[in-house]
Amino acid sequence: MVRLALVGLGKMGLSHLSIVRAHPEVNLVGVCDPSRFMLELLGKNAGLETFNDLETMIERARPEAIIVATPSRFHGEIVRVALERGIHVFCEKPFCLDWNESADLSELAERKALVNQVGYHYRFVASFQEVKRLLEANAIGDVTHVLAEAYGPVVLRAAGSSWRTQKAEGGGCLYDYAAHPINLLNWYFGMPARVGGTVIKKIFSRDTDDEVYGTVFFEDGPSAQISVNWSDESYRKMSVKLSIWGKAGRIFADRQECKVYLRDGTESVTGYSKGWNVRHTTELTEAVWFYVRGEEYSAQIDYFVKCIASGSHENVNSFAAAAQTDQLMSMMRDDAQAVISAPSASPSVQQRKRVLFGRLEEGRAVTNDAKFAFWR
Amino acid sequence: MMPNLLFGDNQFFGINHMSEEKARAQALQFQDIKEVFKTLDAAYDEGIRTFMCTTHDRVEEICNYVRANPNRYRDYTFYPCMPYAHKYANAATEEGVIGAIKKFAPDSGAWSAAVRSGVSLAGKDISGITRLLIDSEMKMFKGLRTPVIFLQNVVVDLLLGLGMTEPFAVFSDHVRAKYNAEPGFITMNLPLLLDVLDDLKIDNPIVCSNINKLGFRMCGGLGAYEEALRERRFRAIAMSVFASGAIPASEAISWVCDQPNVEAIVFGASSRSNIRSTKGLVDQFWKNGHKLLA
Repeated sequence: MVRLALVGLGKMGLSHLSIVRAHPEVNLVGVCDPSRFMLELLGKNAGLETFNDLETMIERARPEAIIVATPSRFHGEIVRVALERGIHVFCEKPFCLDWNESADLSELAERKALVNQVGYHYRFVASFQEVKRLLEANAIGDVTHVLAEAYGPVVLRAAGSSWRTQKAEGGGCLYDYAAHPINLLNWYFGMPARVGGTVIKKIFSRDTDDEVYGTVFFEDGPSAQISVNWSDESYRKMSVKLSIWGKAGRIFADRQECKVYLRDGTESVTGYSKGWNVRHTTELTEAVWFYVRGEEYSAQIDYFVKCIASGSHENVNSFAAAAQTDQLMSMMRDDAQAVISAPSASPSVQQRKRVLFGRLEEGRAVTNDAKFAFWR
Repeated sequence: MMPNLLFGDNQFFGINHMSEEKARAQALQFQDIKEVFKTLDAAYDEGIRTFMCTTHDRVEEICNYVRANPNRYRDYTFYPCMPYAHKYANAATEEGVIGAIKKFAPDSGAWSAAVRSGVSLAGKDISGITRLLIDSEMKMFKGLRTPVIFLQNVVVDLLLGLGMTEPFAVFSDHVRAKYNAEPGFITMNLPLLLDVLDDLKIDNPIVCSNINKLGFRMCGGLGAYEEALRERRFRAIAMSVFASGAIPASEAISWVCDQPNVEAIVFGASSRSNIRSTKGLVDQFWKNGHKLLA
């Protein structure tokens, strides 16, 4: 039995709590949250040991492992406290708002040989696991381009008062929604060399972003476009989808299915043949012991518990993997701020062209920075 | 007595567990509420007169339609399933968990005060909130026949996992007392839920769960479900009998009809021909001695 504690009783925390309490190899020793209301609710009605202070919980409940599901801004600090006391950590996504902190914590967890995992549950969705398998088998040959999308109906009007609607707390479409398709790109293709054309905009939110678009470039690999909007009412719920073009075929995947078009019939992957192949969630998904809201949520917790029990440190959703996603999101934020403004009324287009060509003729290297300086 | 075939509503709301493309096609097909009425009429005329539906906003339009045509739908029956979870989940993202509950429990001054002041909630307060939420979800069914009222699987399974099971008893008592209805529970974790309902002394409960030949979304495993159907005292409703289309229709229905103690099958369909063929298969394979209440 793994002695496990949980910090943060919001939407994700409650969902994790339900799953871990139903896990046959977990002994839930405590929950921690600043809300007296939630603590009393769960203390009285679910018989949980409750704490409003992390240090006290660690001291008294002595957990071997902890699930961190607080607002994102607090992840780093709580995770560090846990790691320093030798506690295995599962942290909700995004990992840390400052990717340097993500990298530090990853290094700390490795040094202490502690199991470390971040809740990017799409890595446990069977159809996206199938994509990973297909790419590793080189089923569609060299990949040239990827479209990574996520849409859903979260912010549909100017309202909202939770931390998720506040940028400083780590809320917003980039960290809450776009993080998922971005994390899948990292899983499949690693860390890109650069980003470009990033657009991060508000639609309805006052304080944070509602849509994210951009391009990422993998060295000696594909380009990928990210298209994410959490203010799209035409979707019933969050929908993440990937389209991947390769020289030998194309893959489309969402939570329900994985559709693959193969140009030739070489049996690089068992069970797949020339032309269209469709695999549904019903055949791909492995059964879980307990289901609340999708097999992937149960599967990731089970994986965490099994990693602890087996002493495995080969985590598919490690801090190091999540740090890549944090760094890439940070690159996109920086890129979005470096927008080239349209020139003001003067000088005229003709004059500007002359100036530009004049500079080029002078043989000066026109770097990005130089271009920015010029167009501003 | 429950009819052995119940009409479900996933197809009307663009919910399809197999394909988002199919879900979108269905959302388009049923964009005009008249298309929904037409399909319900087709089911009605095939003798399927019980509609098992979530408390989705659009169901309110269906309720209004049935109320407005009392002669046509004299014996029409609703089995409401509450709540429609996505409205709460999206609200929780926007307003936080407590904000979401407040939003959907109107007239709950006591509740707001409790949250604001952080005062302790005794068991009886929890039951108060539960009753308020039930009443809020039931408003759209006023004046209609609702002999069975279900708690949706997201809520049942969340509470089941949390070990916070008292709301099941509150739900059960309240729908009996106020709506003269039988409580029903939808779950993806049948064997576990049956143990808890036993502990709560909820006798012979109506429980709706996936029951299909593939064992798809049947937590605890196919064997444990088969054992429960053989040995436990409860009234089983089978859903997802086709496992989202993964099992051929005839094979799927024939297998379910072979299981002991299945009292009804809930299914969804978008066309009269599919409704008719499913009904034909159930008529052919049904072995439990139940007759359609057509």
